[in-house]
Amino acid sequence: MALQAGTRRSLVTAGLAAPAALWLLGFLVLPFLAMLVFAFGQRAPEGGYLPAFTFEQFLNLPARATAFANTLMLAPVGAMLCLVVGYPVAYYLAIRAEPRHRLLLVSLIVVPFWTSLLVRTYAWMYILGSRGLPNLLDMIGLPDIRMLNTPGAVLVGIVYGYLPLMIMPIYVSLEKLDRRLLDASADLGARPLSTFIGVTLPLSMPGVMTGTALVTILLLGEYLIPQLLGGGKVFFIGNALVDLFLQSRNWPFGSAIAVTLVVVVVVVLAIAMRIAWRFAGTRRVDLV
Amino acid sequence: MTKFRTTPITAAELTAEFMRLKRGSVTRRHFLAVTGLGAAAAIMGRSGVFSLDAHAQELGTQMSLATWPNYHDPATFEAFTAKTGVAVEVNVFGSNEEMLAKLQAGGTGWDLFVPTNYTISTYAKLGLIDTLDLSKVPNFDPATQNQRFTNEGTIDGKAYALPKNWGTTGIAVNTGKLKAPVTSWKEFFEVAQTEGDGRAMVHDYQLTTIGNALVSLGYSFNSVDAAELAKAEELLIKVKPHLFAINSDYQPAMRATDAWMTMCWTNDGAQLNRDMPEIAFILGSDGGEIWSDFYAIPTSAANKPAGYALLDYLMTPENAVKEHIANGTPTTDSRVLALLPAELTGNKIVYPDEAALTKLEFGAAVTLTDPARAEVMARFKSA
Repeated sequence: MALQAGTRRSLVTAGLAAPAALWLLGFLVLPFLAMLVFAFGQRAPEGGYLPAFTFEQFLNLPARATAFANTLMLAPVGAMLCLVVGYPVAYYLAIRAEPRHRLLLVSLIVVPFWTSLLVRTYAWMYILGSRGLPNLLDMIGLPDIRMLNTPGAVLVGIVYGYLPLMIMPIYVSLEKLDRRLLDASADLGARPLSTFIGVTLPLSMPGVMTGTALVTILLLGEYLIPQLLGGGKVFFIGNALVDLFLQSRNWPFGSAIAVTLVVVVVVVLAIAMRIAWRFAGTRRVDLV
Repeated sequence: MTKFRTTPITAAELTAEFMRLKRGSVTRRHFLAVTGLGAAAAIMGRSGVFSLDAHAQELGTQMSLATWPNYHDPATFEAFTAKTGVAVEVNVFGSNEEMLAKLQAGGTGWDLFVPTNYTISTYAKLGLIDTLDLSKVPNFDPATQNQRFTNEGTIDGKAYALPKNWGTTGIAVNTGKLKAPVTSWKEFFEVAQTEGDGRAMVHDYQLTTIGNALVSLGYSFNSVDAAELAKAEELLIKVKPHLFAINSDYQPAMRATDAWMTMCWTNDGAQLNRDMPEIAFILGSDGGEIWSDFYAIPTSAANKPAGYALLDYLMTPENAVKEHIANGTPTTDSRVLALLPAELTGNKIVYPDEAALTKLEFGAAVTLTDPARAEVMARFKSA
């Protein structure tokens, strides 16, 4: 039977899109709906979920205000630190590094990703623990310096863990940069710094925004690094969620917080998108 | 699937394949297939060269146990596997709440687990654990058990859980680092803010962290009174900036001397003191917790015959005694006590004088489910 060309094309499209669509339906849409239903329920006396329709859980959100505040503070700060450290690296890789070394250098950044974050974070526990760096500092006459289980340790762990996610998008946008624009800028008398600010930076802005959005969004749900390097004293929304499901077994409240977190992520993304559009002067910029 | 090799393999080839396996560049299945070891094992298994007990069949080959960190002698499970052919997968947890959360969510796959005394009535009420058929545990003898520690395993005359061991929650102090005396929970929280600033740890566990804060203020370990909990919360939030960490896995930090003082369970105290004699274990003179851990079988267990088999194996005094030597907890069973070496029964950390125990309290069921205590803990951690 001969199908119309248009029908066949749309069948192919549907066939190709179906796995991804089913995946999203099964592992994103349906769980999110279940979470939404739970968020309007009540905690059973022994923990778990009792069907109900109440706004109690959402009204109770201020009980985790500190965790939200910590998270909303840490995520952008962590992303900015990654940017400050990651931009020069990406710039070096894309503009300065010898092309024949580039593959090796990029691999050096990506390869640590192949080891579990848990293992790498444990390594930091030993580096920052009193037998690690503080011990070395003690030897050169700086005794009693505490590093592990401080907010600083959490930031170090976060920058370390998320840096590749910042470097890669910036690297990609810088690599596409047309070098003749830099020559033109120099020919027209711009100093290297003004060339960077006037040409390189704006053209790499899509990469910067993608990296920032990527790191910020992932940091909003971060749980492991504060737990291990913050000694359980640095409490983010991810940690609050774990405790609500695994300790107090308050599924409805946990669901309400998770729903709120999703809303916060969407808002953050929308804001970042608008900033990106303004910088780029066009709406043809994709963040993620 | 990879085909089994049928031609002989040379020694050099075998070594090369083994090194590839070690480097992780080939899978174990590939290794067994190309070396012919897989086929060899399959044939030997079929011909009964390595066949096990007659009831190996009905016990299956796999079971799962949920328990606490540093709590068993690994040799126990190896011996059990050698005897029955059942491999034991061990999962460790940080709190009873977490175990309950997993069972409530379902699909744990545990065939045996180790709940603490105060949780058993809740498990039974929620129908999450089976009443035990004691005829399947012939090596358990109620007559030799110390009722003080074991009565919470029985509800309305029905056995829901059999005792593993008892213990206490005290204070471990590195006396080489801390000179101030610590004899009570009151002093624990004082020293944590002064000489032990930045060096003290509390559990990431509502029962003991809130409970011992309550005790230090002169209240009951199990209080759910709003005013008393508020006082405890105030104390914990005041102490928090001085703490090294809020973490129930305190052995690594104590051993590295990152932490000098911690809330500590008997078995960890005995293990730390055994390896580092400068670490003392002290029971609060103002009170604290006394507890007993049990074995129970989840209603949802997939392999109950194996669960019962391991339970009976662990109730056998000759096997239990090795567990007690390894983990350093006191036993509830007089038959095991008789088999223990004198240096263990004479260890005051493991078997403290009766006078030190009189003020200690067993955890109460209400603390497990009380939302107020959970919220105090959350506010303490997020402060």
